[in-house]
Amino acid sequence: MATRGFTGRRPAPEVADRVPPGQSITQGFPVLSAGPTPRVTLDNWSFALKAGPRLVKRWNWAEFCVLPRTEVNRDIHCVTKWSKLDTTWTGVLIDDLLADAGLAPPTPFALAHSYDGYSTNVPVADLVGGKAMVATRYAGNSLAPEHGAPARLLVPHLYFWKSAKWISGLQFTERDEAGFWELRGYHTYGDPWREQRFSGN
Amino acid sequence: MTVTDADTQADHLLWQAAVIERIETQTAKVKSFYLRPQKWRFFRAGQHLDVRLTAPDGYEVQRSYSVASEPGLAGLYELVVERLKDGEISPFLHDVAAVGDVLEVRGPFGGHFVWNAADGGPLLLIAGGSGIAPLMSIVRHSTAVGGDVAVVLLQAARTWNDVIYREELHALDAAGAGFALMLSLSRDAARRPQDAGRRIDAPLLEAALARLGVAPRLTFVCGSNPFVEAVTGHLLDLGFDPQTVRTERFGW
Ligand SMILES: Cc1cc2nc3c(=O)[nH]c(=O)nc-3n(C[C@H](O)[C@H](O)[C@H](O)COP(=O)(O)OP(=O)(O)OC[C@H]3O[C@@H](n4cnc5c(N)ncnc54)[C@H](O)[C@@H]3O)c2cc1C
Repeated sequence: MATRGFTGRRPAPEVADRVPPGQSITQGFPVLSAGPTPRVTLDNWSFALKAGPRLVKRWNWAEFCVLPRTEVNRDIHCVTKWSKLDTTWTGVLIDDLLADAGLAPPTPFALAHSYDGYSTNVPVADLVGGKAMVATRYAGNSLAPEHGAPARLLVPHLYFWKSAKWISGLQFTERDEAGFWELRGYHTYGDPWREQRFSGN
Repeated sequence: MTVTDADTQADHLLWQAAVIERIETQTAKVKSFYLRPQKWRFFRAGQHLDVRLTAPDGYEVQRSYSVASEPGLAGLYELVVERLKDGEISPFLHDVAAVGDVLEVRGPFGGHFVWNAADGGPLLLIAGGSGIAPLMSIVRHSTAVGGDVAVVLLQAARTWNDVIYREELHALDAAGAGFALMLSLSRDAARRPQDAGRRIDAPLLEAALARLGVAPRLTFVCGSNPFVEAVTGHLLDLGFDPQTVRTERFGW
């Protein structure tokens, strides 16, 4: 249904095929969070890897910083309709975390937990094979507090709420357990290319 | 407290036509659009709709807008849109869209930044500019359902003339039924003793708390990201439990 009088702006033709349905390109870096930005300091930061309730390994900041680093360049897509192309992140691939812990994924599902109580579920297949990392740097700098400092999950091929800010750990779960937004009407998987914004989509 | 009611789930995902029934100028940069959807879908105070526009060649754009009306007023959604100079959609809505035009909408969406009478109070609501939209729905709802929910709205605007819903809010304030309005004007002088001619800071938030008399059960903060960051930073400094503070950031 055409909207009377609407012509709109188009993304440049050379990038048009990188913009999923319903998304618009932004040059800024919008912020969406359910509550206040939590105050997480490097002194009391740690990252816990758990299999169900069992703690497999915990890294403090110094230990985390000596893990192998990887830099990636990815397009990111937020469910609130903006996409940002060519974002550069540095962090530790989930593959490298698992290797350091000597753990093979024990279940097909995982929940990322955050310092503000937020959680989000991601299938393990979308975390391994170089697809996801715990990012500590964006565009060459430490993360800004409102973007998840000191560390956030980065799962760039899914809507960006899956890339949990202020991450405190990753927990393997027997079943696909809904996280914060997934319990509040958002899609359990969140593929921007299939426009899986809401549960039932 | 989740919105995953099975019966409302599927329906709200479908795009539907909504006719612009009325357009009202609120301030120099803000207009209200009253949309009558083909099929009424109940919303909860604080939720938003997605709006979709389509060009003749099929190019589509979507944006989210909070519903500002009272959920009990079935049939019409009021959206309050601020015109952004270089925006794609908000200037279209302001300059081109007219009464009788049809937009596509779906929703309502949002399961966290919502308030139901059952959530109770007291409530502290803090709005920056067009961030008043979902908070106005909460104000209207809390007054409509009656009860004894104490509400303080701290509303930030540049000047007196940029205060969205100024008359309606002052009338509610004057009615004295548990609702109090405080203004924070960043580029204007305060006209009433409870208002301030400066940005929201910790002392102003303390004054809002004093007006409420007791600690709020829930605090809702809505506006641009820098506004929400600044305000929630002060709230944490004042010792607010972060779990009681809900934010809606319009993205930017
Ligand atoms: C859940 C939710 C609810 C929302 N509710 C409302 C609402 O009730 N009322 C309302 O007016 N808007 C609301 N918004 C914002 C709205 O969705 C659009 O982002 C806004 O109208 C701008 O769209 P646009 O197409 O005009 O601008 P765009 O073309 O998207 O933006 C153009 C540029 O303007 C800048 N910009 C965008 N927004 C702002 C801003 N607010 N302040 C300063 N600069 C900005 C950005 O740099 C952007 O690159 C809401 C957003 C969300 C996520």
